[in-house]
Amino acid sequence: MHVLERAQFDTLLEALQQHGRQVIGPVRRDGVIGYEPVRSAGDLPVGWADEQEAGRYRLHHKDHGRLFDYTAGFHTWKRYLYPPTAVLWQASRDNGRLSFETPSETPPKFALLGVRACELHAIAIQDKVFLDGAHPDPAYAVRRNNAFIIAVNCGRAGGTCFCASMETGPRAQGGYDLALTEVAEDGRHYFTVEAGTKKGERLLDELELREAIEAERAAAAAAVEAAANQMGRQMPVDGLRELLAANPESPRWEAVAKRCLCCANCTMACPTCFCSTVHDSAAMTGETAKRERVWDSCFTMEFSYVHGGSVRKDASSRYRQWMTHKLSSWHDQFGSSGCVGCGRCITWCPVGIDITEEAWLLQEAHGGPTRTGE
Amino acid sequence: MAKKTQGSQRPKLAVWKFSSCDGCQLSLLDCEDELLDVAGAVEIAYFPEATRAVVKGPYDVSLVEGSVSTPEDAQRIQHVRRQSRVLVTIGACATAGGIQALRNFANVEDFTRAVYAMPEHIEALSTSTPISYHVFVDFELRGCPINKTQLVEVIGAFLLGRRPNVPTYSVCVECKRRGSPCVMVAQGIPCLGPVTQAGCGALCPAYNRGCYGCFGPMETPNTAACSAQLQALGMDDPQLTRVYRTFNAWSEAFRRESEIHDA
Repeated sequence: MHVLERAQFDTLLEALQQHGRQVIGPVRRDGVIGYEPVRSAGDLPVGWADEQEAGRYRLHHKDHGRLFDYTAGFHTWKRYLYPPTAVLWQASRDNGRLSFETPSETPPKFALLGVRACELHAIAIQDKVFLDGAHPDPAYAVRRNNAFIIAVNCGRAGGTCFCASMETGPRAQGGYDLALTEVAEDGRHYFTVEAGTKKGERLLDELELREAIEAERAAAAAAVEAAANQMGRQMPVDGLRELLAANPESPRWEAVAKRCLCCANCTMACPTCFCSTVHDSAAMTGETAKRERVWDSCFTMEFSYVHGGSVRKDASSRYRQWMTHKLSSWHDQFGSSGCVGCGRCITWCPVGIDITEEAWLLQEAHGGPTRTGE
Repeated sequence: MAKKTQGSQRPKLAVWKFSSCDGCQLSLLDCEDELLDVAGAVEIAYFPEATRAVVKGPYDVSLVEGSVSTPEDAQRIQHVRRQSRVLVTIGACATAGGIQALRNFANVEDFTRAVYAMPEHIEALSTSTPISYHVFVDFELRGCPINKTQLVEVIGAFLLGRRPNVPTYSVCVECKRRGSPCVMVAQGIPCLGPVTQAGCGALCPAYNRGCYGCFGPMETPNTAACSAQLQALGMDDPQLTRVYRTFNAWSEAFRRESEIHDA
C-alpha cells in the first residue's frame, strides 16, 4: 500500500493523460454529481457531498476539502462502456448494389476515476452479460478492455445505499487497476493506493509513491469501516430469490403498481440493466440506412410487444418482471444477483419507490420476518 | 406504402392548416438539411405556407395541422380526408385539440367576448376537437410543436411503406439517455416527464425546467401517482388542474386528471 498526497493528485491525472487516456470522473453539474470528463483535480467536486433519499437527491458543501465525499453518482459507468445510443451498422445503395459497413469510430481509452465497490460489481455483471458466452459484444469489448479503472473506497454511505447487505461493498474487493482510500483528518489529506493489476502496478511505479506507514493504513481501514456502518437501507437477501420466484401472483404487485409511473427511470439509472432495442432508419432517398442500438427498458409497452400486443400491459406485471429478474431469475441466468445495492433506482424514482422496502413488504406479506425483526 | 396517384411521377404531399399557429408546418420548412431530400422524394402539391402553386388532388400523403374549432373546419376536414390516401395529423392541436381546447372546459362566448372587439363576427364551435374526432386518421404525430426529426421519419416511413419509429414511452427515457439529472428528484421542480410521451429529446429538463407535457400523455400514464408527487412538491389542486391543461388539455388522460383536481 502506497500514499498519494492530496497535493500530488494532479500527478495521477497527468500520468493517465500521458498514456493517452480520457479521464472520466465525478463532476458537479446541475445539482448532482455525475461522471464526466475530468482534466485536473479542480474539476472534481471538492467538498461536495450528496444527501440521498427515496425520490430525493441534494448536494451540500463542506469545508473539509474531500474529493470523494459523495456516494453513488447520478450517472453510471455503463454510459461509457455501453453508451445509450450506438450505430451498429450503416448501409448504402449504389446502382442497386447494397453494401454494409460497421462504423469505424474508435472510442477513447478511458480511465474511470472514482468507481465505487458496488459499481465494480456492476461492471463485472455487465462483463458477464456482454463478454461471456458465444457472442461477445464487440462494441462493449473494445471500450471495456481499454479502460483503466481507479476505484475509490467509500468513506461514507448514502441514505439509499445497501451494498453491505448485497455483499458488494463498501470496500473494493477486486476488478480495479488501482484502488484509493481518501483520508482527511488531523490536518492531513492523502490517499492510500493499492494496485489490483499489473497495469496498476506499472502506473504506481511511475508515480514513485512512498509506502504507507501503519497509522495511515489503519486510518484508511477505519474510514471504510465507518461507511459499512452507515448503510441507509438493507435488503432482506436471505431466501429472497425463492420468495420472488414463488410469488408471481402476490397482491404486492398491484399495490406497487398504484405508485409506479412506468417511466423507466429505475432501469435507466441502474448500473446493471442492460436491455436495448434497435431502430432501423433510412434516408428519405432510400440510398442510405443505418441500425442504431439504444437503451431500452422493461417498463415500456413495446418491450414486451409480440404479434397482437404487449404481454406486460400493466405496471404490476412490469414492476414484477423487473424486480423478479433483478433479484431472482438473474441468479439462474448469470449466477449472481442483478442488484449491487447502489440505491440509484430508489433515489432516482420520481415517486420514491424503494426496492428494498418492496422486498421487505413482499416477505412480510408471505409470512416472512418484517424489517423490524418481528 | 403510399402508392403514387395516377399521372404523377412522385407521391404527392399536401399540408393543410386548421385552427393552429402554423408552428408545426413550419417545422417542415425548418428541416433545412432534409428539406431537399423531402422535396426530391415527394411532389409538394399543396402547401400554401411554402408555395402558392397548387397541384390538384387526390394526394398521397396529407399532413394536417390544427384542430377543428369552426363550422368551416368541420366541413373542410371531410374534404381533406376524401382527397387523401394517407392522413397524418401533426401537432398537439390536430391530435388533442390544442391550447384552444381550453374552451371545452368553459363557455366559448366568454372567450370571444373577452378577446374580440366585435364578437358577433366570430363563428366558432363550442369545442375545439382533434382531427380524429371527425375523420379516420392514419397516424398522429405529437408535439407542440412537433419534432422535425420525427416528421421526416414519419414521411420517410410512409414513403417506404414501413412503420414509423415514434416511441410512445415517457420523456424520462430520453432524459436519462441524454444524461440529464432528474429535475424532480435533484431540484424538487415539478415535471410532467413521467406521464408525457417522448419525442422532444427531453429538452426542458436539460435546461433545468420541468416538462410541460407538450407531447401529450405517454402510452400508460399514471397521472394519479404523478399528481401525488407534484402535491408532495408543493402544488395545490388549482395548480395541478393548470399543469394538465395546456397544449394537450383535451387528451383523455390529461383531461381526466385535470378534472379530478378542478373542484
